[in-house]
Amino acid sequence: MRFRAEIIVALKGGVLDTQGKAVFSSLRRLGHLGLEDVRIGRVVSVVVDAPNAAEARSEVEAMCRNLLVNDLIEEARVDLEAL
Amino acid sequence: MDFKKAGLSAKEYEALVQELGRDPNETELQLFGVMWSEHCSYKSTRSLLKLFPTEGPAVLQGPGENAGVVDLGQGIGLAFKVESHNHPSAVEPYQGAATGVGGIIRDILAMGARPVASMDGLFFGSPESPRVRRLQDGIVRGVGGYGNAVGVPTVGGKTVYDPSYAENPLVNAFCAGVVSLDKMVSSQTARPGQKVLLLGSRTGRDGIAGAAFASVELSEDSQSSRPQIQIGDPFAEKLLIECCLELLEEGLVAAMQDMGAAGVVSSSSEVAAKSGVGMVIDMDRIPLREAGMTPGEIALSESQERMLLVVDPDMVNEVERRARRWGLECAPIGVITEERRYIYTSQGSVVVDLPPELIGGNAPIIPWESRPPHDGEERKKIPPTVRPSPEGWNDELLALLRDPNLRCQEAIFQQYDSMVQTNTLAGPGGDVSLIRVPQAKAQVAFSMEADPWKCFTDPFNGGAETVARSVRALSVCGATPLGLTNCLNFPSPEKPDQFWELQEVIRGMAEACRALACPVVSGNVSLYNESPAGRILPTPVVVAVGSLSDHDAPLIGGQGRAGDRVFLVGSPRASLGASRYLLRRGAPLRGTPPPFSGAWEADFSRRARAVALGRHARSGRIISGGGLAVALAKELLASEVGALLSLPLDWRWDEEILFGEGGPRAIYAVASEGVAAFRRLWEGWPLEEIGVLGGSRLRVDDVLNLSCDDLTAAWKGAN
Amino acid sequence: MRSAVIVFPGSNCDRDALRALAEVPGMKVGPLWHDDTTLPPETDLVVLPGGFSYGDYLRPGALAARAPIMAEVRRHADRGGLVLGICNGFQILTESRLLPGALLPNRDTRFIGRPCLLRVDRTDTPFTGAYQKGQVVQFPIAHADGRFYLPEEDLARLEQRGQVVFRYCDAAGRVEPSVNPNGAAHHIAGIVNDRGNVLGLMPHPERASDPRIGGEDGKGVWDSVVAWCQNKGKRSGHGHGF
Repeated sequence: MRFRAEIIVALKGGVLDTQGKAVFSSLRRLGHLGLEDVRIGRVVSVVVDAPNAAEARSEVEAMCRNLLVNDLIEEARVDLEAL
Repeated sequence: MDFKKAGLSAKEYEALVQELGRDPNETELQLFGVMWSEHCSYKSTRSLLKLFPTEGPAVLQGPGENAGVVDLGQGIGLAFKVESHNHPSAVEPYQGAATGVGGIIRDILAMGARPVASMDGLFFGSPESPRVRRLQDGIVRGVGGYGNAVGVPTVGGKTVYDPSYAENPLVNAFCAGVVSLDKMVSSQTARPGQKVLLLGSRTGRDGIAGAAFASVELSEDSQSSRPQIQIGDPFAEKLLIECCLELLEEGLVAAMQDMGAAGVVSSSSEVAAKSGVGMVIDMDRIPLREAGMTPGEIALSESQERMLLVVDPDMVNEVERRARRWGLECAPIGVITEERRYIYTSQGSVVVDLPPELIGGNAPIIPWESRPPHDGEERKKIPPTVRPSPEGWNDELLALLRDPNLRCQEAIFQQYDSMVQTNTLAGPGGDVSLIRVPQAKAQVAFSMEADPWKCFTDPFNGGAETVARSVRALSVCGATPLGLTNCLNFPSPEKPDQFWELQEVIRGMAEACRALACPVVSGNVSLYNESPAGRILPTPVVVAVGSLSDHDAPLIGGQGRAGDRVFLVGSPRASLGASRYLLRRGAPLRGTPPPFSGAWEADFSRRARAVALGRHARSGRIISGGGLAVALAKELLASEVGALLSLPLDWRWDEEILFGEGGPRAIYAVASEGVAAFRRLWEGWPLEEIGVLGGSRLRVDDVLNLSCDDLTAAWKGAN
Repeated sequence: MRSAVIVFPGSNCDRDALRALAEVPGMKVGPLWHDDTTLPPETDLVVLPGGFSYGDYLRPGALAARAPIMAEVRRHADRGGLVLGICNGFQILTESRLLPGALLPNRDTRFIGRPCLLRVDRTDTPFTGAYQKGQVVQFPIAHADGRFYLPEEDLARLEQRGQVVFRYCDAAGRVEPSVNPNGAAHHIAGIVNDRGNVLGLMPHPERASDPRIGGEDGKGVWDSVVAWCQNKGKRSGHGHGF
């Protein structure tokens, strides 16, 4: 079966996000005065072949551990859907 | 498809049908639409460009190839060129600038040279505008983002601000590379039976008809032309550089061409035309990134980071193996034929069948009308000004040091890596950038110059002054000029006064090139830089390149020490015409530079070189924007010392003396024991000893009295 | 003595490192491709050079850290061999967990390329034996992601163990926020592993190995390595237990 996983990778809470800060300033300067916070992450979208959803998820989590997420500074959420 | 939609005029279509002997089919028409656009064919300027001297003792390759090449000695050449990427940078600043850098690097690589230095000429509107600041930020990030990643140091550049560039920013990217002369390649060496390969990234719809886009003025609607923007991948380019250099080193490649404007068609047709052969390309074999592309789209795509290789059949396997090792795709897409026809096949049929020379060259020259502007004489008159009060000179100098055109540009150039390759002897910030080329036992100096204001008020003398200033800087450094490259950024040639400007600037530049024995080895033209908001000033950008041997000590600024005597070489009075001093004070853009004198310039250059090579001065720099007062301030700032000076001031001309520009002039710091020899070298020249370095203030008679701290604060202050 | 400079797709400063090392008397040096799996025999020093390996894609150094050669580099480090990571090399070492921490985007989110002053805080490592403690040296920086990060407790432990080798400072050797170019925690420019045989730093010593291009302070790193290698045979096995 084919599954698409959307892996949303974000900086951990305690890590200073300088890019987020810079974007925050720009948005405020553009007039978005109600803006309180900006943090910048990334989305990795993968398509995998697996016997079932549980194994697909397990495979994707292994990819996160092996490469996609640096767990010192990042955390991730995996959204899985069957294709 | 009618010819208008393809971008051709009725006349051009007629000429095409005449040459071809039949009507072109739709795909062929698309090809001509792009290849005969201004950007690709230079149809408006080819006749004018013939005015440039292109030969010289050091010239190995003049205009007509991907880049010019000069001889550095020891069997080593330097390939270099400057190119514009103006229109894309106006619409998508980061990628426009990035792909501009990438494109010129590939031109250098296509000569078989390793790219070793980059420079960038950037022209923006007034920096107070938030839109300009965003444009500048995007463009600078793009230049750095690509250049840093690809491992070519950005060793210098020039940043210019003027309202005329507000809607039409200019990005001129320069690159130089080192080539072993026995490994130099070109587009002229393809032979029948060889295979045509495409190396690098897959082809998508990037920049389709981008070359045509560069040839039209920006309309209100350009924001919606987004699909035209090419996206750069510096990582792919770095792999391409290393792979191609390896292929060349091993002698595996017969001819090479980069795929720039109009991608496959321009590169392949150029190889065929220049080598006097034919070519058959199977469009179905070109690796694609997007589905459903037509042969025309594939041919015209400007997807980046691709090179066209021509390879002997028995070397193809090895080339593919090397490509794989570098992680690059390499696809055989065609073959070189004896019969001089340029043919595309797709799905088993012939879709394009053209004479190679017709595509690349021979777009009929357009004889635009040329007429001096109605206010031509007005432009030449220096506007009357109210001279500042005697107490005002200090403020004037500080204001000039704060001027965006003269102030410290560290905030920009520290976003670039100027040191990678560990050959940079003098990086950004000075009049001259220097690298060492150990293989040639040489040092190479670069000087990038532009003065659009003088080119507007007096195109002939402005053009000459631009070239002359670039060569003067090399000469003061001690470098012998080898050749220059230029980018001509102009508005529409279809307006007679604007075409006249272009013509006069070229004439002036050519005159200076001849007088200074500095031939044009390469260059680029960018026309139609205007929008409903207005036209840009005529903006030729010149990069002169010179060399010293590796045991010579280049003379640069900022080396002065307390006790050194300060000399002014050249006329004390210069022209306020189109000067930074007047423009900063809000005067209208008027007034001419001093008339160009080839004899004076050549003599200056000769003597300045002798001063440097004989080590007769400790420090020196040319006088340029802001005149003598600014040159003195910059020298003191760089040397970190003050000065006590006296100028031959006369209240009638004190403005001209302090802030006048133009003509061959320089300031030097000379150690006391060297003064006699220094004076001998300048015998017969206007020469004034104006004082001595020391202390921590700049004092000039009772006219200027500023602490070096004040000078620093103004020059380096918050941008 | 023998050094190997690893070349990844996208490495830029490999040739600079090769050149600096080739000029060190007694040093043999050669490049090593990222998908080789063995080091040349008797390699003393492995250098991970600066540049943009794999385009800095995903995270700077992330893809290079998983390249085939890195297993061999890890074995070399485990055996006590020397590993030096410069700029992108430092990033690769943290991604490989051969050094603690991570290098994040600079405080001002811009690339910074300029000369830079550093204070040498430890001189008993194989890489810094030729310097004096507290000496101020100039190695240029050129990076967009040089902000060293570790969670507070780990940072405290790093300091306690004396693993910080270089810090950003001013001409007088003062370490303070105004002279920290990228916002690195504790103004850290370079660290060593617990054992002391793996060093990572953001500034470029290979760009400070020739007076003509801006200074010779970087030569101390190569001289230190040479001296350490020469003494290796005579060492009795005390100290940091290589």
